[in-house]
Amino acid sequence: MSEATLTAPAPTTAEIARAYREAKARRAKRSAILKHIFLILCSFIMVYPLIWMLASSFKPDNQIFGDLGLWPREFDWQNYWQGWNAMPVSFTTFFWNSTVVTVLSVIGNVISCSFAAYAFARLEFTGKTIWFALMMMTLMIPYHVVLIPQYLLFLNLGWVDSYLPLIVPRFLAGDAFFIFLMIQFFRQLPRELDEAAMIDGCSPFKIYWAIIMPLSLPAMATAAIFSFIWTWEDFLGPLVYLNDMKDYTVPLALRSFISQDGVSQYGPMFAMSILSILPIVLFFVVFQRLIIRGIAMSGLK
Amino acid sequence: MASVTLSDVRKAYGQVNVIHGINLEVQSGEFLVLVGPSGCGKSTLLRMIAGLEEITDGTIAIGDRIVNDLPASQRNLSMVFQSYALYPHMSVRKNLAFGLVNLRMPRAEIDRRVAEAARILRIEELMDRKPRQLSGGQKQRVAIGRAIVREPQLFLFDEPLSNLDAELRVQMRVELANLYNRLGTTMIYVTHDQVEAMTMATRIVVLNKGHIEQVGTPYELYNFPANLFVATFIGSPKMNMLRARAGSGRAEIEGLGSLPLPAGVSADGPVSIGVRPEQVALDGTGDLTVEGVVSLVEYLGSEVFLHVRLGSGETILVQAPGQSQHRMHDPITLGLRSAQAHYFDAEGLRLGPGAPPDVRIGFGDMGGKAARRGGLMTKM
Repeated sequence: MSEATLTAPAPTTAEIARAYREAKARRAKRSAILKHIFLILCSFIMVYPLIWMLASSFKPDNQIFGDLGLWPREFDWQNYWQGWNAMPVSFTTFFWNSTVVTVLSVIGNVISCSFAAYAFARLEFTGKTIWFALMMMTLMIPYHVVLIPQYLLFLNLGWVDSYLPLIVPRFLAGDAFFIFLMIQFFRQLPRELDEAAMIDGCSPFKIYWAIIMPLSLPAMATAAIFSFIWTWEDFLGPLVYLNDMKDYTVPLALRSFISQDGVSQYGPMFAMSILSILPIVLFFVVFQRLIIRGIAMSGLK
Repeated sequence: MASVTLSDVRKAYGQVNVIHGINLEVQSGEFLVLVGPSGCGKSTLLRMIAGLEEITDGTIAIGDRIVNDLPASQRNLSMVFQSYALYPHMSVRKNLAFGLVNLRMPRAEIDRRVAEAARILRIEELMDRKPRQLSGGQKQRVAIGRAIVREPQLFLFDEPLSNLDAELRVQMRVELANLYNRLGTTMIYVTHDQVEAMTMATRIVVLNKGHIEQVGTPYELYNFPANLFVATFIGSPKMNMLRARAGSGRAEIEGLGSLPLPAGVSADGPVSIGVRPEQVALDGTGDLTVEGVVSLVEYLGSEVFLHVRLGSGETILVQAPGQSQHRMHDPITLGLRSAQAHYFDAEGLRLGPGAPPDVRIGFGDMGGKAARRGGLMTKM
């Protein structure tokens, strides 16, 4: 026993507890700061190309690659005006084309895939397991493998050079990923709900429409968001099936800025690229609310 | 109100038989409880009556109509599920009205019925809430409300109270019984809780492994169990079973002595003698006196359960009054009365007389009537 402990009053239990609490709070704060620095750094690395593109869209062509600074010396909106009308066809047409293809694809995907998923999750039919296995197998085949047979099919149907090859398959539950996503979601809805609805006089379609569908908004919203993004930024599909520039979707039009022989117009391309991202961001912001609301709505018991 | 008739109803999942040919007559206006251990097929049977499960063989008739191929919605019945199965995205009002809207009933009639159900079940102030904003008991009320608005001829309940806590369960049990007395509709109720079965039923069907073991009023099942299974299943705590060998009017219980067989019971060979805990005499009087030692005392307030180890090494359960002063390791002398015991043969079937007709009555109003109209025992 040293003299110090004899002379100094022993700390009370409350003081020890407070000191411990404060030390713990300090540690938590320190680790929180480190965590945030790390995460901010990582997100900056990831967002950097986007920021660079945004900054470049305000710069004249000679500054984009010549200037080291990120921040434009002056904000020049010229690229936007120029870009919009750079092609023989204006970007108004391209955006409209993209909108038509994307909106119809999203509607088609959500409706047809949820139908197929409902059948797999809830209905009984012959060969269900075989159909399911076949459906899952299509998940494993890369798009590029079926591209040529599909092209020939649509060529024979006389659909090439129209939007039909881009839209019609979406209404035929062609995307196994969305079907699988929805099956998994439907399966976790209690079957007793279906049975209660059955006793309440619902047909299988009415059960889907009045019970399953409203309860599956999160899955539907997820499918809609992915479907929107994938269709909006799809390059290969339109490239294969669309030949006439007035039918081009936005990604195809963006490609046209890069010229094979002469000088590419990078400034206008970046400007249009920035504009092409906006619908995706807007769509995501609107629909992710449904996902959150859906999560809040679960809690059946 | 409607009667329900099951004839040779079977159910098999692939090669596995779960219901082995059940014959059962549910009378109009009866509160019939299906009870049995888990996996006995009681829920399957109910779901077959509801039309949620296909029947493999046999016929089910509701009233005079054979409903084998009729979809659930056209059988004019309502069902209350264990998990309530309220539609989570609809308000209470919409939950109640949903079935009626599907029937294309006029708006005014729907409103009247929904309001009536809300009044009966005292859920008027909850009408605009969503199910997730309700407590367990309130959800249960809404689920019952959804069943009664349809004014069906038959109510089906699939363990409706098993998700509630003990206190609420007792309360809802009383409310359900009152609802039954008020509506008088035929009800079929599945439970594994024998207190629910005993308190609410007009008649109880005891199921075991897809067979009916016995059908009868609660009184009949308790006092005249048809076989060993029913004898040990009904009654809590369980009936004591003693192995014995019968011959020349007496039963020799292994290591304890012999008990004279009462009039009407004649047996030769191995028998089982069942004695309920409350029928063991604590004062040692009776036809057979046995010595034992108290090995455990369970104090419940109104009564005390004594586990008594007998000289033969077996332990039997004895019910004593709440004030009794027995302690562990106390020696005790018990008396068995031959007339109060139950006797079962080697196959486990009851020996001696069954229930006389005058005890085949329930305690409820409808029960009395239904049973007096000839609620006879239906055996496999």
